[in-house]
Amino acid sequence: MSDGILFQAFVYLCAAVVCVPIAKKAGLGAVLGYLVAGVLIGPHVIGLVGTEGHDVMHFAEFGVVMMLFLVGLELQPQLLWKLRRPIVGLGGAQVVVTSALLTGAGMALGFDWRVALAAGMILSMSSTAIVLSTLAERSLLKTGGGQASFSVLLFQDIAVIPILAVFPLLGVAEVVGGGSEHAAAAGDERPAWMTALLVLGAVAGVVAAGRFVVRPAFQFLAAVRLRESFIAAALLLVVAIALLMQEVGLSPALGTFVAGVVLAESEYRHELESDVEPFKGLLLGLFFISVGAQIDFPLIGDEPLTIAGLVVGTMVLKLGVLLALGRFFELDRPARWLLAMSLAEVGEFAFVLISFGVQNHIYGTSVASPLVAAVAISMLLTPFLFVVLERWVLPAVTRDSADARPHDHIEHADTPVVIAGYGRFGQVVGRLLRSIGIQCTVLDLDPEMVDVIGRLGFKVYYGDASRPDLLHAAGCGRARLLVVAVDDPEQAISIVKTVREHFPKLKIFARARDRIQYYELKRHDVAFVHRETFASAYEMGIEALRALGYRGHTANRLARRWRAHEERELDEIAAMWARDEERTTIFARVRRAFQEAERLMRDEDPQVFVDRDAAWDNEALRVDRRPDDDATVPPP
Amino acid sequence: MLFAHPVLERSRVNRKLMEGVRELEGVTVHDLYEVYPTFGIDVAREQALCVEHDVLVFQHPFYWYSAPALIKEWLDLVLEHGWAYGKGGDALRGKLMFNAVTTGGGDDAYHRGGYNRFTMRELLAPFDQTAYLCGLRYLAPFVVHGALRLAGEATAPAVAAYRGLIEAIREERLDLDRAQAAASLAEVET
Repeated sequence: MSDGILFQAFVYLCAAVVCVPIAKKAGLGAVLGYLVAGVLIGPHVIGLVGTEGHDVMHFAEFGVVMMLFLVGLELQPQLLWKLRRPIVGLGGAQVVVTSALLTGAGMALGFDWRVALAAGMILSMSSTAIVLSTLAERSLLKTGGGQASFSVLLFQDIAVIPILAVFPLLGVAEVVGGGSEHAAAAGDERPAWMTALLVLGAVAGVVAAGRFVVRPAFQFLAAVRLRESFIAAALLLVVAIALLMQEVGLSPALGTFVAGVVLAESEYRHELESDVEPFKGLLLGLFFISVGAQIDFPLIGDEPLTIAGLVVGTMVLKLGVLLALGRFFELDRPARWLLAMSLAEVGEFAFVLISFGVQNHIYGTSVASPLVAAVAISMLLTPFLFVVLERWVLPAVTRDSADARPHDHIEHADTPVVIAGYGRFGQVVGRLLRSIGIQCTVLDLDPEMVDVIGRLGFKVYYGDASRPDLLHAAGCGRARLLVVAVDDPEQAISIVKTVREHFPKLKIFARARDRIQYYELKRHDVAFVHRETFASAYEMGIEALRALGYRGHTANRLARRWRAHEERELDEIAAMWARDEERTTIFARVRRAFQEAERLMRDEDPQVFVDRDAAWDNEALRVDRRPDDDATVPPP
Repeated sequence: MLFAHPVLERSRVNRKLMEGVRELEGVTVHDLYEVYPTFGIDVAREQALCVEHDVLVFQHPFYWYSAPALIKEWLDLVLEHGWAYGKGGDALRGKLMFNAVTTGGGDDAYHRGGYNRFTMRELLAPFDQTAYLCGLRYLAPFVVHGALRLAGEATAPAVAAYRGLIEAIREERLDLDRAQAAASLAEVET
């Protein structure tokens, strides 16, 4: 079909656009929406997509790769180091214990030990794609339970490598070698030590490249100021790493995760995040749709009890193991339940492993098909499990548990202040705050500036602050104050509008170029607006007065009074502007303000001012004084 | 000498007094309202000035029975614990201190039965005690009463007396015991 790709794209997008918002509105989460969309358009319901679902899935798995890249970007190396105990301990225990128990169950059901072991390892995997995106969607990723789930998932990603290495050994000896065309199986053609060396070399290469190649490259690209080239470079980076990892037999997801961690401390982190994010979202959606479309309903119809037993048995067993491990690793009750219920399903790695098992002749399709169906159904059930968890389980265990406490928020690099625009204006604000020990996150569009300031030890990020994703990445959701210090008036207004829309509670301070911009910013409810040249001109005015012979204190008092008058007028006019009053009315008001100011100026002939100023006024007392009145002269 | 007058341009007496001693050898007139117009006192600089001099004179109009606000700010910031008082706070020990003030009311107002009910020494008790705590020797105030009525030539005797007093202190001719006990430095013959 010549219109194949377009038609498919139409179907997939249509399904996503219809199902995802409905699922979200119903509180079921976007993942379930995609899965249901997949079921609907799949071969067994409407039948709009058929066998090509498998190819689509292969492509869409790249969404998982991107997701782990983004997860890596969120994780600084020292944070990862802090998680070493849960990753190795909890993750290792989960994989080993679950695999062992499932193997035992398989053998008890009369399967060959090799088949049982392969199935056990396959089913011990959980779904990184579903769990991480659901946790992120529900802001549970930073909680104790979320961190534990993440650690286990990360270990599973690593565990895939030895599992892939073990599978050929489980196969019937005489047909080994059939799986060599599978990219991930490349490892079995080389001796084990070489594979290990290659893996280590690849990881080291990614780390070194992240440090010494990627940063200068992005610096160069940022200087070109072409957004497309930056996005292309970000995607290229992810694709290149994925390819490299596949070549050495490592999971691409793991490779990009390492790359993400390496780049987590670079100043282009936020920009990378917001560039890759939309692609990840779409591909992941595509991935979930194809999972939904793969569910083999006729097979389920044929063997309902087998499949149901497989699904329920596996999930209950995984749940039990995770709960026990959670207790052993001293997680509090809500965290234990979050961990157990989020990881009870079987994950997307299972699909890869199942087909790999067939290739290695460990088992035939009679075992593989029910497994695939069971895995897909367990994934379909996961969003429901999350709903159950959030509606019933978490409230119950939180209420019951004596050690109930708010979710553990792990250390986050967020700063209380975000400064957009770090030119001459923003720098003064930033340096002042920093001198007092208040850290700021800085966003700027000038790559050279980003580079210089970054070297001075600031948290600086390259990017356009009027983009909501970037503002989000910079921590506007948690910051207490945003300082808009960009010099372009239109950009300033557009940043303010975006922030008002996405972070309505965030307090904004803004720099205004002139009066009109001042009015506009005030209209958008900016708490504090400063005309950019006003303060320094004001200071110079005071110095001018002193140079003309005014006493320092008097010059300051005069200037303060004038300024108060000036700002009162300005705010009154800004209020009229915000009410969208007739321009003629506003102009009349402005004219009056100027006349007023002029009158004030005229009155401020030194003598007039000094004599009219009632403070410390002795003249009045002198006039009023009665002969017998001996009061000390006070200020009024 | 710490001089404080928020609106010197309107001053009649204080300015004359200050101008009368400004040129004297060994006298530094420190015009606080001019140096710190926004009250941002440089503590280190003020402390260095104090160390360099042997006598602290607070010259100011007597506003609301006390000094103008900047003098209070100066005391609050400059007389640090560990420097002026408390453990190791002996930077000012043994120096002399007094107030030179101009009042609107007459001499007779500052008595039990007078309009202002208290004597000048009573009203200046916070300065007295501050000096005591810092180990300074607090002398009676130099007071020019009825400053509102003084103008032009009429200020000359006060200016001369003030100048004479400062010179006597500098040349160590002042009887410090009497100066400490007196109601006003004007009573102490130099």
